[in-house]
Amino acid sequence: MADLVEALLGGSLRALARLLTVIQNETPEARAALARLYPHSGRAYRVGITGAPGTGKSTLVNSLAKTYREAGRTVGILAVDPTSPFTGGAVLGDRLRMRDLAGDQGVFIRSMATRGSLGGLARATDDAICALDAAGFEIILIETVGTGQSEVDIARAAHTTLVVEAPGLGDEVQAIKAGILEIADILVVNKADRPDAQNTVRALQTMLDLGPAYRSNPWHHQSLSGILAPPPESEAESEAWQVPIVQTVAVDNWGTDALAEAIEMHHAYLGRSGKFRVWERQRLAAELSARLESALLERFVARLDTERLLALLDDLEKRRIDPQSAVETLLKEGDRC
Amino acid sequence: MTTEQKIRVLIAKPGLDGHDRGAKVIARALRDAGMEVIYTGLRQTPEMIAEAALQEDVDVVGLSILSGAHMALLPRILELLRANDLADVKVIIGGIVPDDDIQALKAMGVAAIYGPGANTSSIADDIRQMVQAARSHNG
Ligand SMILES: Nc1nc2c(ncn2[C@@H]2O[C@H](COP(=O)(O)OP(=O)(O)OP(=O)(O)O)[C@@H](O)[C@H]2O)c(=O)[nH]1
Ligand SMILES: [Mg+2]
Repeated sequence: MADLVEALLGGSLRALARLLTVIQNETPEARAALARLYPHSGRAYRVGITGAPGTGKSTLVNSLAKTYREAGRTVGILAVDPTSPFTGGAVLGDRLRMRDLAGDQGVFIRSMATRGSLGGLARATDDAICALDAAGFEIILIETVGTGQSEVDIARAAHTTLVVEAPGLGDEVQAIKAGILEIADILVVNKADRPDAQNTVRALQTMLDLGPAYRSNPWHHQSLSGILAPPPESEAESEAWQVPIVQTVAVDNWGTDALAEAIEMHHAYLGRSGKFRVWERQRLAAELSARLESALLERFVARLDTERLLALLDDLEKRRIDPQSAVETLLKEGDRC
Repeated sequence: MTTEQKIRVLIAKPGLDGHDRGAKVIARALRDAGMEVIYTGLRQTPEMIAEAALQEDVDVVGLSILSGAHMALLPRILELLRANDLADVKVIIGGIVPDDDIQALKAMGVAAIYGPGANTSSIADDIRQMVQAARSHNG
């Protein structure tokens, strides 16, 4: 494994691809490799692309990546598609729309299946980003599963989150319901070549004007982050970000220059307002919290006696004890051994 | 936590003829067999196939070929895979291949060739066996 990390840092794309597999398989080797990659990460700018199925996310990634390449910047792409909960298999089809990027060493595309994770990303997405980042890709584009649901995971993983809408899907209404607008730093109305595109723009503008709180804080219920990271200042105290609506025709590469510019403006805003650092600390606190949680649980469960657990389950079933008291009992017994 | 090592398969349709029904059928069948299928669609050049195989770190490349261009395409695809340090990747073909060419393709290093009537679940079984053999061979 040591040589794969070395090779990746030396620029081997084959090593990067191998490591991404190990990372997604969540093996002990992955953990060791990530520990060595981590110091080399932290340079890339992360852009998330989310939105309902078929709105043109992959086509937009293709077009946006071309724009970045023309500006001389390298691009890593993670395209996430769902794993079938019934068979464990997946058809990963995003790459189909990214054929313009073939043959360019400055672009690396990797398709990932969710493998049971529900938030629109794969569980290993953060670690995969770390590998692409350490490999030197300057911009990382992350396409989520097109659920159109509130995908708070992408808002946590990306510096700038694009929510892609398209005319004629009736998703103006859906968007309000799912609260997906709250995670948007930039709203993209793709398929602006469609005659009803202006209706979508107007509907979104109305919703922005009515204003759900713009990205209140995607981390609000993470236990450790409240302690470790400063709460983001209220919008009133600092300059608020005005979510722009950008129209694109991704199939014709139209509007993506303006989109790249809007992303740059948001990047500059994050820096100017101090939110970039707040974001980074919140993200790290949340990651620390999540990892601590699962490590503690794993360690605790390893010490428990299965017979004892089954007996408690019986008690719960027969209503002899309530779940919270059962937890207290386990904690007390766990502390003793 | 270690998750299961999924089998990853790239499905591509090289050559210029324009329908990919067969490729889609096999993609879905392999998904239903629990594999992760990277579907790249029509008119893939050998360069695109080798690049995708590298980036996606697949175990198997499945090519749907109807145009009769297999004898022109396969040597190039296999050569590019080897040049990219991907000699371990198994290459399988689906489509109409004359008997005379089958031996030649296998001699070149193609792992398996399936005619239009092939049973998709036995293709999935073959793939599983090939990949397991390759993985245990590589430790
Ligand atoms: N008219 C028009 N069609 C577009 C545009 N952008 C994408 N499309 C088409 O919309 C369809 C879906 O595009 P994708 O890029 O696959 O959409 P997606 O959001 O990635 O889809 P999922 O990943 O399945 O959720 C394709 O047929 C595209 O060609 C556009 O700007 N205008
Ligand atoms: Mg897509």
